[in-house]
Amino acid sequence: MDKKRIWEAIRPYVMVLPAMTGIILFVIYPVIYLIQLSFYKYNLMNKDRSKFIGFDNFTQIFTREDFYKALSNTVVYTVGVVVLTMLLSLLIAIWLNKKTRFNAVVQAGIFTPHIISIVSVALVWMWLMEPNHGILNFLLKAIGLPPSSWLQSSNTAMLSVIIVSVWQNIGYYTLIIVAALQSVPPSIYEAAALDNASRFKMFYKITLPLISPQLFFILIIMTIGSFKVFDTVKIMTAGGPNNATTTLVYYIYEFRTNSIGYASATGVVLMAIIAILTFIYFRLLSKRVHYQ
Amino acid sequence: MVFIFPFLWMISTSLQTFEETLAFPPTWIPAWPQWINFVEAMRAGPFLTYARNSLIITFSIIILQFIVMIPAAYAFAKYKFAGKEIIFALVLLAFMIPGQVTFIPVYLMLAEWGVINSLLPQIIPFMANAFGIFLLRQYFMQIPQEIIESGRLDNASEFKIIMKIMIPMSMPALATIALFSFVSHWNDYFWPLVMTDSAQVRPLTMGIAMLRETEGISNWHIIMAGNVVLVVPILIVYLFASKQIVKAFVYSGIK
Repeated sequence: MDKKRIWEAIRPYVMVLPAMTGIILFVIYPVIYLIQLSFYKYNLMNKDRSKFIGFDNFTQIFTREDFYKALSNTVVYTVGVVVLTMLLSLLIAIWLNKKTRFNAVVQAGIFTPHIISIVSVALVWMWLMEPNHGILNFLLKAIGLPPSSWLQSSNTAMLSVIIVSVWQNIGYYTLIIVAALQSVPPSIYEAAALDNASRFKMFYKITLPLISPQLFFILIIMTIGSFKVFDTVKIMTAGGPNNATTTLVYYIYEFRTNSIGYASATGVVLMAIIAILTFIYFRLLSKRVHYQ
Repeated sequence: MVFIFPFLWMISTSLQTFEETLAFPPTWIPAWPQWINFVEAMRAGPFLTYARNSLIITFSIIILQFIVMIPAAYAFAKYKFAGKEIIFALVLLAFMIPGQVTFIPVYLMLAEWGVINSLLPQIIPFMANAFGIFLLRQYFMQIPQEIIESGRLDNASEFKIIMKIMIPMSMPALATIALFSFVSHWNDYFWPLVMTDSAQVRPLTMGIAMLRETEGISNWHIIMAGNVVLVVPILIVYLFASKQIVKAFVYSGIK
């Protein structure tokens, strides 16, 4: 009988143990280890020769031009992706906000890119954006516009990467917004229609406030997601040309073998940025968001 | 159309000759489908090995996640125990910390264990799916306590309650998590890239990405053929489960 009582007391711990082992081993401990590494000049060949150097890695980060380049690239990428995706998916969602068979097909279609590996997506777009034989330049020429060098020029490379990311993500966000739009009770619109409210006014005064929690959610996950961008950049441009598309994670990736301490410190900075972003969003925007 | 066209163009290119890929105006439909492109693409690397690795990695992760997640979610949903809130807070924290931040320490740790360059570093870091635990806990909490109590009155063990009541009743949530895991790990590129350096243990995504290096930048018909091989399994899954997948993604988004 006693044995049973003891088992009942420890049972919940036994049940969460495998999960917590995984989480502590592969998430929590690595974060602590990362912070520790950021204070060292790490020697990969001989761990014992690693040197504690205090905040040197961090002072180095904030005095290096290439870090600011990576940071500003990431910001440009994030702002570009967030603004374009928000606008376009809002427009498409409004257009699709009727439960017809045709719309269901369109929704399935625009969602397809989201479940395809970024490797495939990047390769297909590299082919579309190929300057001499790519179809995008063919289309530009066909409508009388000058061809673009897309990924090959430092002026257009970042924009090209942004286009690909927006294209891949639109379907997902559109569907979230469609779901949000459909949760708005039609009676509110009917009441507004009786008051002779214009369509624009209805959208601005009713729809937008009512779907703001979802828009707020999208804003957060998209910003955080964009700050982690790596795959697209690695495959399409390898950070180039001329570092025009080097983003923070790509920057960390490049330093991962030669300067582990420096790369870790950059990782800590990235983690801090993500934490601050989440915090600011919650503080500033939660006041403006209307929860039902 | 804007969203489907690139894939159609990928398939079309994968069946063109090299000359057709250079033609101006572009060849929309290849005159004579070049199935040989697929053979060429498959010859450029150990593609059977890549495909096998992808399958092993993806399915091991899903199975492992289920074994780990179900008891944890059950304990969080149905038991009271000291420290539960703190432990659960760790789960939520883990959910928010991305692998792109922690990959260096995880790599060093796995290197010390001597398991780099095998399939293991691509599987075990994902054994605890924090998001899955969270989602499943929510689902378990909605299952009425009375059903569990009546099971207990029938002298069913907790194991049996999980197997006979909780799992069958939460099939939609489990399917959602499985599909989500499948899509994200089948498509993963970052983790295998930083955790492996030999073709023997790499998945399809890496194999296809490397095809571009081995084929040079002009053999687009071969690269696209390889790409078709990577995309088709996911497209087939999507074709059969598109409703469920879309629901899974949107559901996880709204939560």
